[in-house]
Amino acid sequence: MGLADIAIKFALIIIIFLISLVIAMYSTYAERKIAAFFQDRIGPNRAGPWGILQPLADGGKMFLKEEIIPTNASPFLFIAGPSLAILTACIGSAVIPWGQTIIIGTHVVPLQVTDINVGILYIFGVVSLGVYGVMIGGWASNNKYSLLGAIRAASQNISYEISMGLSIIALLMVTGTLSLKEIAEQQHGWHWNVLYQPVGFLLFIICAFAETNRTPFDLPECETELVGGYHTEYSSMKLGFYLFAEYINMFISSAVMATLYWGGYNYPGMDWVLAHTGPTIAPLLGVVVMFAKVFLFIFFFMWVRWTIPRFRYDQLMDLGWKILIPLAIANIIVTGVWITFIK
Amino acid sequence: MESLSNRRKVIESKPLNFLERAYLPAIAQGLAITMKHFFRKPVTISYPEEKREFSENFRGMHSLKRDENGKERCTACGLCALSCPAEAITMIAAERQKGEEHLYREEKYAAVYEINMLRCIFCGLCEEACPKEAIYLDGDIVPADYLRKDFIYGKDKLVEAPLNQ
Repeated sequence: MGLADIAIKFALIIIIFLISLVIAMYSTYAERKIAAFFQDRIGPNRAGPWGILQPLADGGKMFLKEEIIPTNASPFLFIAGPSLAILTACIGSAVIPWGQTIIIGTHVVPLQVTDINVGILYIFGVVSLGVYGVMIGGWASNNKYSLLGAIRAASQNISYEISMGLSIIALLMVTGTLSLKEIAEQQHGWHWNVLYQPVGFLLFIICAFAETNRTPFDLPECETELVGGYHTEYSSMKLGFYLFAEYINMFISSAVMATLYWGGYNYPGMDWVLAHTGPTIAPLLGVVVMFAKVFLFIFFFMWVRWTIPRFRYDQLMDLGWKILIPLAIANIIVTGVWITFIK
Repeated sequence: MESLSNRRKVIESKPLNFLERAYLPAIAQGLAITMKHFFRKPVTISYPEEKREFSENFRGMHSLKRDENGKERCTACGLCALSCPAEAITMIAAERQKGEEHLYREEKYAAVYEINMLRCIFCGLCEEACPKEAIYLDGDIVPADYLRKDFIYGKDKLVEAPLNQ
C-alpha cells in the first residue's frame, strides 16, 4: 500500500465522517420541516432562505448555553456518556459500501472505508456499544429519573438487539457471507434481498426503530413519565451530542438497511449505464442511488414518527420478546427449509 | 336519530380478527393518512407579515366616532359606563365653550373619556347602549404592553382621526 493509497483512504474517511455529520445536522432540519408538512404547517423558515441555516443556529445556541454538571455527579463519566454515544454512532459508517470501485489516475479506489469480512458483526458490535453511552450518562447524572430512563433504554436496546440479530441470521443463510461489500454485490440486477427476505426486513426495520430510539419506541426519552429520560441532567452541547448521536444512528441504520435489503448501490439498468458511459459515471450514479435509498429510509423514520403513537413499556417488551423473537426464529426455520429443499 | 355531522360511527366491540391483531394493515392505513397531510397546503398564517381577517362581528378595540363634519359624536351621557358590566368606562363631562362648535356636536362633551382595557370584556354592551352611535368596537386587537397603567386608554387613543387628516 503506497503513500497515495493511504492518502486516498484518509480522504475517504474524512469525507464519510463529514457527510454523516452534515446529514445528521440536516436531519434535524428535515425532521422539523417534515413534521411541519405532516401537520399542515410551514416549519422553520426564518434563518436563511426556507430556513436552511436553522441547524447552524441551533448548533450555535447549543454551544453557547450554560454547561451544568450536577454537584454529586462524577464529572468524568458525565462527560464520557455523550462522548461514547456520538463516538459509537460515528464509527459504524466505516464498513458500509457507498459504491463500487472508481478509478482515480492509476489507483483503484473502493468507495468503502474498509471491507472487513465480518462487516455485519462489526456493525452489531458498535451498535451495542452505543448502549454504554446512554447507560453511563444516566448513571453518572446521580438522578433517579435519569437512571430509570437509562435502564429503560438499555433493556429496550438489548431486547431488540436479540431479534435484530436473529432476523439477520436468515439473511446470512441466503447470502452466505458477513461482508457488506459482498452482500451488496450479490444483489446486482434485481436480486434484492428484500424480495427473498420480506419478513426478515420487516423485523429488521422494526428493530432498527427500537435501536435508534425513534417513535414509536422512543421510551428512553419519555418526557411525560421520566422528566427527560436518561439525559435529564444534561445541558448545552452534551445534550446536543446525545440528540446528534440519535440522528447519526438513524443515518447509519438507514444505510445498513439499504445495503442489506434494498440492493445498496445497485440500481436497475446498471450494466447498460456502465457499458455506455465508462467506468466512472456508473459507480458515481450508484453512490447517488445509495444516498437516495438512505434518504428514503430517513424520510420513512420521520413519516412513522407522525403516524404511530408511542408504545407503553410492557407492550414494548411484549412485542420484542413474545412476537419478534419467535417470528425471527420461524423465519430462520422457513428460510432453512427453503434453502435445503427448494433452492 | 340522524346525526348532525353524518360522521357518527357505531363502535363494535367484537374480538379482533387476525389481520387487525397483526397491526400492520392499521399502520399502513395510518401512514396513508399522514401522507395525505404531507401534500396538503399549510394552514399557517405568518402573523406579523400576514394577518388573519376578522369576521364581520369581531369586537376589537373601541373607537369614539366623529360625525360627517368631523365633530365628536359623544355627549358624555354616561349610558355606556352605566351599561358596562365590567365597569371599565369612566368619563368626565364638560360644557362646550364658544368657538368649539366645530369640535363637539352638542353642548355637552366628554373632557376625559377612559376605558380600562384590563377590565373590558368586549361584550359590546356600550356599543348597544350608546344613543348617539358614538362608540364602536370595530378596531384591532388591543396590543400588549408592559405596565398596567398603559392599558387605561384615554381619548388620545380612542377618538377617530379628524377628517382632514
